[in-house]
Amino acid sequence: MSTPILQVKDLCVAVEDKEILKGVNLTINPGEIHAIMGRNGSGKSTLSYTLMGHPRYKVISGEMLYKGQEIGEMTPDQRAKAGIGLAFQYPVAVPGVSVSNFLRQSVKSIRGKDIPVKEFRKELKELMGRLGVKDEFLSRYLNDGFSGGEKKRLEILQLSLLNPGLVILDETDSGLDIDALKTVSEGVNALATKDNAILLITHYQRMLDYVKPHFVHVFQDGKIVASGDSQLALELEARGYDWVTKELSPSGVA
Amino acid sequence: MSADLAFEPPSVESSVIDDIGNDYKYGFSDKEDYIFKSGRGLTREIVCKISEMKKEPEWMLKFRLRALDIFLKKPMPTWGNCGLLNDIDFDNIYYYIKPSQNSEKNWDDVPEGIKNTFDRLGIPEAERKFLAGVTAQYESEVVYHSIREDLEKEGVIFLDMDSALREHPEIVREHFATVIPAADNKFAALNSAVWSGGSFIWVPPGVKVEIPLQAYFRINAENMGQFERTLIIAEPGSFVHYIEGCTAPTYSTDSLHSAVVELIAKPGAHIRYTTIQNWSKNVYNLVTKRAVAHEDAKVEWVDGNLGSKLTMKYPAIYLLGPRAHGEVLSIAFAGEDQHQDAGAKIVHAAPDTTSLIVSKSISKNGGRTSYRGLIKVYPKATGVKSSVKCDALLMDETSRSDTYPTMEVDEKDVNIEHEATVSKVGEEQLFYLMSRGLTQDEATAMIVNGFFEPFTKELPLEYAVELNRLIQLEMEGSVG
Repeated sequence: MSTPILQVKDLCVAVEDKEILKGVNLTINPGEIHAIMGRNGSGKSTLSYTLMGHPRYKVISGEMLYKGQEIGEMTPDQRAKAGIGLAFQYPVAVPGVSVSNFLRQSVKSIRGKDIPVKEFRKELKELMGRLGVKDEFLSRYLNDGFSGGEKKRLEILQLSLLNPGLVILDETDSGLDIDALKTVSEGVNALATKDNAILLITHYQRMLDYVKPHFVHVFQDGKIVASGDSQLALELEARGYDWVTKELSPSGVA
Repeated sequence: MSADLAFEPPSVESSVIDDIGNDYKYGFSDKEDYIFKSGRGLTREIVCKISEMKKEPEWMLKFRLRALDIFLKKPMPTWGNCGLLNDIDFDNIYYYIKPSQNSEKNWDDVPEGIKNTFDRLGIPEAERKFLAGVTAQYESEVVYHSIREDLEKEGVIFLDMDSALREHPEIVREHFATVIPAADNKFAALNSAVWSGGSFIWVPPGVKVEIPLQAYFRINAENMGQFERTLIIAEPGSFVHYIEGCTAPTYSTDSLHSAVVELIAKPGAHIRYTTIQNWSKNVYNLVTKRAVAHEDAKVEWVDGNLGSKLTMKYPAIYLLGPRAHGEVLSIAFAGEDQHQDAGAKIVHAAPDTTSLIVSKSISKNGGRTSYRGLIKVYPKATGVKSSVKCDALLMDETSRSDTYPTMEVDEKDVNIEHEATVSKVGEEQLFYLMSRGLTQDEATAMIVNGFFEPFTKELPLEYAVELNRLIQLEMEGSVG
């Protein structure tokens, strides 16, 4: 069997001395789409920030392996260059920096070389068309004054350009109307190949109507308490998260 | 501190943000080979000697001597950075240095050493590319001067101040020191006593000088005091854009730059004055800049303060006629051992006058920036609109930024907005950019560059000589 894209082993993470992740175990193989579902505050987003290397999220114990390589000591840019990509729940505005300038520098950093402007434009235009991103976007300042939907489209546009081996989507569906959700989901599906993997973190089931996960994990109090196939997401939607606590024994999946 | 003489573009790999303010590339100095160098310190004799060497009319000598008395009597300012101000040793400064015999019109006639210096600073090169006229001042005197023939034919006068006094005494006498009298402040008085060099521009009615005129100021000697005097008069309906740049060698002891700049925008005229000040860290930069704007006139100060030990500079605009408009757009960068105390003053003295102040500052490595501003509205100046926006960015915990805004509004029918922000280079911004593959330095540079963008976009595209070298290339590193 090939090396998994991601292996998380007994991962415990604290933010400002408060333990948020309490022993997460997760293995994602090439070609797989995994969804993590859970209530607000269950630690889902902490997992995505920790995988990307946010300095405020301190790993207390456990391992994170990307394609077999420990990433715990790597800075966020090193992880990005290695092949991890995160679509943010709340993309940050950087006033004065145009989207096109930013995308170009980002692509250059990740690919390790500059690409000719013409080629870059062509690639960009094609992706923009697919994601319903207007031309005027390119000259606007990065995420500055963007609507929720615009930000999310731009996140998917970035990941599509950077083409990571592990795509982490942190609540990408939040704040999207149904049309935007469809377009963004199509963008996500276009990203998926047999060689990469997608980790989709969400509160609601609705994005899973468009992006079909192979595995669904339920997150509660800093760890995965239940795992199943896409059927599990539907049950969660119908019966709520309390049902998991009552009926599924955590020890059964740990 | 390294003096990179070759002017090679900075390496992209270098820690871009650390270079700003540290890796000063203009810190080299030339061997001194001067026609005249005054002794240290300021005396009546030196003032007389300057006037005599320049063969000035009697009224100018009297003006200087009266200014000297004012300077000696006036106490030091008791505001701003008093600690640093009181460190100035006025007795240790050279008040007048004449580097060469003449101001040359032909670049080849400029003395070799000085020519090399300006070549290294990119001056004639910039002129060839995009300037309509150039003045190059070295120590106290202008050593090179040129203006495009077509402008001369249209009647535009662009001269160094000393030549203007000789060749156009009547225009100079009518306007000189009318905007900034000698008694305005201690440093204006000092300048008035020992002024030398600077630019004089007179634009005839209705003439629009579409291409910028530039002056470049270079201090070379240690403990030099440079006191240029600039006067720009835009006759009704005319336009001119003037750019000045400044550098100096790095010495362990201090030099003093204390200029006086007066702008007169007559009805419907438009003056834009751009400064890219990049003094070495041993220069006190204490400058008085003031403009008057008459009916329907427009004055813009675009002011970039990137160097010096202490800068105290508050470009002012007096809006004297109805519908006059004033703008002060400035950036300041303070690194270790630097204090940029800069700001703006707008005086609304007529109805329907409007103004805009945008001030952006960055402090790093314990550097300090201050915004000090005044908006004054006189009674009966109805319909005034003014907007002030100050943004400060702190790069670390040891750096400091303060805002001292003053509003004196004696009219009710006005609309004044003031907005001030202080932010730190955000952990979330850095993380976001780094998650897209940018290193921490690249990400920081991108944030800083974006912060300054409202300023840089106001500069002529071609004006890459100073600021692009400093900000665009060094900070962005990999502009494609």
